[in-house]
Amino acid sequence: MAILTVKNLNIVINNVNVLEDINFEVEKGTCLAIIGPNGAGKTVLLKSLIGLIPCSGEIIWEKGAKTGYVPQRMDIETDLPLTVREFFLLRGAGADEPKIRASLDYVQLAPSILDSGLGEISVGQRQRVLVAWAVLGSPDVLLFDEPTADIDITGQESIYKMLYHLQKNLGLTIILVSHDLNVVYRHAVNVLCLNRSKLCFGAPKDVLDSEKLVNLYGGEKAFFQHKHH
Amino acid sequence: MTGEIIIPIVVAAFVAAGASLLGAFAILKRMALVGDALSHVAMPGIALAIFFKINPFIGAIVFLVMAVIGIWIIEYKSALSLETIVGVFFTASLALGALVMPEHELIEALFGNLTELNVVESVASIVLSIVLIAAVLVMRKRLALNMVSQEMAQSIGVKHKRLELFFLLSFALAVALGIRFVGALLMGSLVIIPAASAKNIAGSLRAFLIQSVIFGVIAAIAGVYISHALRLTPGPVFIIISTLVFVITLAVRQIRR
Repeated sequence: MAILTVKNLNIVINNVNVLEDINFEVEKGTCLAIIGPNGAGKTVLLKSLIGLIPCSGEIIWEKGAKTGYVPQRMDIETDLPLTVREFFLLRGAGADEPKIRASLDYVQLAPSILDSGLGEISVGQRQRVLVAWAVLGSPDVLLFDEPTADIDITGQESIYKMLYHLQKNLGLTIILVSHDLNVVYRHAVNVLCLNRSKLCFGAPKDVLDSEKLVNLYGGEKAFFQHKHH
Repeated sequence: MTGEIIIPIVVAAFVAAGASLLGAFAILKRMALVGDALSHVAMPGIALAIFFKINPFIGAIVFLVMAVIGIWIIEYKSALSLETIVGVFFTASLALGALVMPEHELIEALFGNLTELNVVESVASIVLSIVLIAAVLVMRKRLALNMVSQEMAQSIGVKHKRLELFFLLSFALAVALGIRFVGALLMGSLVIIPAASAKNIAGSLRAFLIQSVIFGVIAAIAGVYISHALRLTPGPVFIIISTLVFVITLAVRQIRR
């Protein structure tokens, strides 16, 4: 059953067609990976799905579906006077200590991190905190914008492991933007290749042959090979 | 302490509390200099009010509200850099205000003079400061979240544009209140210095807000008292005390590192 159906989605920003005629579906409990070169409109698509960017066409969520959004990165200072606990409390009603600890547990962080400053913790830890923050709202769907940007390889591995666990344990549907084709192959049920318009959609092994990738990334084959080092 | 100075001290404390609470969010938002720019806009408003013999506060608030709504619309409707527009037009309004204002009032508008407030103005300043503080406290979670991540805030239903307008209007009110205390030239400092001092040493949002208000209030009380004792203008004395507090907190921060 589709938790999300997108039909004829078009987005125009400052008179430029950022996305043209996008159509796809996401089945409940599955993982959709959105890939494409820089400027392909991946982030724009993700934001439009949760209503942050106006668009034309149809975005149909299953009735009552709750979304949680994890942004690409946070531009914050290291001395930001905000503890991790306070960051959770900013959600408002519904964020109490037991729930905060439970969601930290899901992302495999110790409760001791709650008293640290949000700007002090490592990028990888902050990424997990952001995921926990989204999980705290008990969403049905999690939308991730490049969850591993700025994180080293080992950190990336564990982030994806965590995503996999979330999907399994909480039955979440996951929509993620990723540059990492390894991950796409291992975790995604479907992949959407994007470069302003939809170039391919389907199971990774069916749609991701090297010819399609050359099309998508404009001949940058090195990108594909690089990922298999 | 003589009776005549108690009212200005109380007014200064409330006005400073409101301004420094708002300043904490202005610092988080990296909008530290907006207060300066906005205070300039108040000048022609004050000049016109004096000309038409109405209360300068009303002239100031009318101009400020028009200015922030202007900023708000420009931010969303035009591709022009906000800083450019603010830099050009707001400084021009300071110049305009300076040209049309009589000299005595000009000095007062530039540097403030709390002791000239009458009882009605004093009570109004206190009440409006309480309204400002209450409004910012009610909105504090949304404001803070929006400053940390606009998208995450929007993802849980925070209306960014409305919140931005709320913030700018609060800023306008803080400036209109503070301008009688420290004047147009030093208004930016009333908003920013206590919050900047608090940021040097605060480890949490709660501590940041509380310390910012405490530093603002202490400097305001000391500033009015000392200026009265030494027959000085209160605004500049407040800023100098505030700056001392900033230097001390900066030293504490460096030692801790």
